[in-house]
Amino acid sequence: MGKDLIQKSLKDSLFTGIIALALFGPIVGLRTVAKNEVLVVEPKWFVVLLIVAFCALGRFFINIYTYKKEQRRGEPSSLGKAISNFLDEKGAQIAIAAIAFSIIFPFMPFADRYWMDIAIMMMTYIMLGWGLNIVIGLAGLLDLGYVAFYAVGAYSYALFAIHFGWSFWICLPIAGVFAGLFGILLGFPVLRLRGDYLAIVTLAFGEMIRILLLNWYELTKGPDGLTGIPRPSFFGLPFKRYPDEGVETFHTFFGLEYDPMQRIIFLYYLILVLALITNAFTIKIRRLPVGRAWEALREDEIACKSLGVNPRNTKLTAFAIGAMFGGFAGSFFATRQAFISPESFTFIESAIIVAIVVLGGMGSQTGVVLSTIFLIGLIEVFRDFESYRMVAFGGAMVLIMIFRPRGILAKRKPTITMGKHG
Amino acid sequence: MLNISKVETFYGNIQALRGVDVKVNNGEIVALIGSNGAGKSTLLMTISGVNKAATGEILFDSKSIANMPPHDIVNLGISQVPEGRRIFSRLTVEDNLRLGASVNEKGKNFDRDSKDVYDLFPVLKDRLSQRGGTLSGGEQQMLAIGRAMMARPKVLLLDEPSLGIAPKLVNQIFTSIKNINKEKKVTVFLVEQNAKKALELADRGYVLVNGKISLEGQGKDLLNNPDVQAAYLEGGK
Repeated sequence: MGKDLIQKSLKDSLFTGIIALALFGPIVGLRTVAKNEVLVVEPKWFVVLLIVAFCALGRFFINIYTYKKEQRRGEPSSLGKAISNFLDEKGAQIAIAAIAFSIIFPFMPFADRYWMDIAIMMMTYIMLGWGLNIVIGLAGLLDLGYVAFYAVGAYSYALFAIHFGWSFWICLPIAGVFAGLFGILLGFPVLRLRGDYLAIVTLAFGEMIRILLLNWYELTKGPDGLTGIPRPSFFGLPFKRYPDEGVETFHTFFGLEYDPMQRIIFLYYLILVLALITNAFTIKIRRLPVGRAWEALREDEIACKSLGVNPRNTKLTAFAIGAMFGGFAGSFFATRQAFISPESFTFIESAIIVAIVVLGGMGSQTGVVLSTIFLIGLIEVFRDFESYRMVAFGGAMVLIMIFRPRGILAKRKPTITMGKHG
Repeated sequence: MLNISKVETFYGNIQALRGVDVKVNNGEIVALIGSNGAGKSTLLMTISGVNKAATGEILFDSKSIANMPPHDIVNLGISQVPEGRRIFSRLTVEDNLRLGASVNEKGKNFDRDSKDVYDLFPVLKDRLSQRGGTLSGGEQQMLAIGRAMMARPKVLLLDEPSLGIAPKLVNQIFTSIKNINKEKKVTVFLVEQNAKKALELADRGYVLVNGKISLEGQGKDLLNNPDVQAAYLEGGK
């Protein structure tokens, strides 16, 4: 068995080397340089050789240490199992500890402006992940255009706040309703679609919204974006150093020194509360008929129909409610940035949110938090390495797929497995 | 109670039912037998509205249901136990039952109705928190029937309840079907490959060949019919 394993792995890594050569040979190996005003091709074969060797060796060790060793592909590794068991047992305590930590986080000594910004960004992605988890994880509808609802929420907040001067707390539900309506708008044409086809249409929908925002200049100012979006106030008390005449501000009302961090901390708690509402809502709705119908629809649509579950309404509510939370997150984004343009709502955002949900383990609320910390944190940590950030991001995804092929927290354990135990 | 006349159903260009006439009276057990691909399951799916009839009429209590969506049909009182059970394998047994009650005033009477189901299949009560997929084939079939009963149907459509189940459990399930009919007063329309068992249980039977009814009669008469014996029962010829 051992010899066989090494032989097989060697053969496999040889193939990997050939594929790597075919891929990186032209991309990395051939470089065009201008010499004496003529464009010449300069080969860099040593670098290619290094990359190919890295890929082949990496594949060899992965084969030996994970795939073949476990015998059964897709079975979680022992470390992963230990982590899942730990989280299953102590889940409630860990969740409470995590919430407690996020509440006291702004008052930690190291929590400066930089850390607060990262924390706010992570919270936004966690909220988006939880919102999309309703659509993907519970209802099983692969939505690759989720950023569209984020954009709709952001733009409806911005437009209502700028043109009508309405406050954040009025615009927030309006933005949610608008995003939810767009969710239904997307839902209707895709009712009959499943799997790949559904993914393609939702992808297109995301792009359509972005292109619409880019070109409807009269409403959205197109690529110039919307500026001067009002900041949120603390129940009517603005965060300003020099307020307008006769207006009481947050720091004067509470008798504090003015500090720009007050606004940041307020934003942090705002997104924390919004995210926790999303989470509580999802946990609650799973136990209600509509949530149960979502999960049943994910499992078997025909069985659902034969039980009298209306698949149209069930799918539309999933799209609408998922979109609504995207819209809430969008209006938060708009009020935090005070400036939005279509550039913030490109496909890569959708891809990151989908990656967060899928890598976290579809349907797992804690998994979303862990994969957000992992993915977004990694991007931040590698900020100094500039162009290598995306390499690290891709590498992280590959690592998760190798070691945790069903996501970091695969709650949906297989019901039937082939092999010894079966 | 259920009156099907001249129903034709297509899958794309392929015609599965070629003018089927079937009548199910109140309180009866009616069996439909036939070989693979004869259109038995298609007929059930057409009654429950998952497939639509291209032509023909389906009357339930003299009300046309041929063009209704499936969830409305379940609401009227026709529940289906689909072929291959189609349990929600990653949801718990209790959740499966609750889903069965989706139309029954949103599961308001869950406690009372589920008690009836546990009386019928006591094993389900011990498995409430278990995932549906971890049950044995026979238990899954019981769950599927129990799930359909949660909607308090007037007519129960059963698609091959004996499929892939141990013979001992098949007897038990057929006994339960009889109980459902006699005690709960539910009309049963049963599709089976196991012709002998089905015809023994049924008051009346139909034989479906290539999308058409070729024979009909009392269950016992069909059981003794030489053509039926030759085609569907062992020891014929």
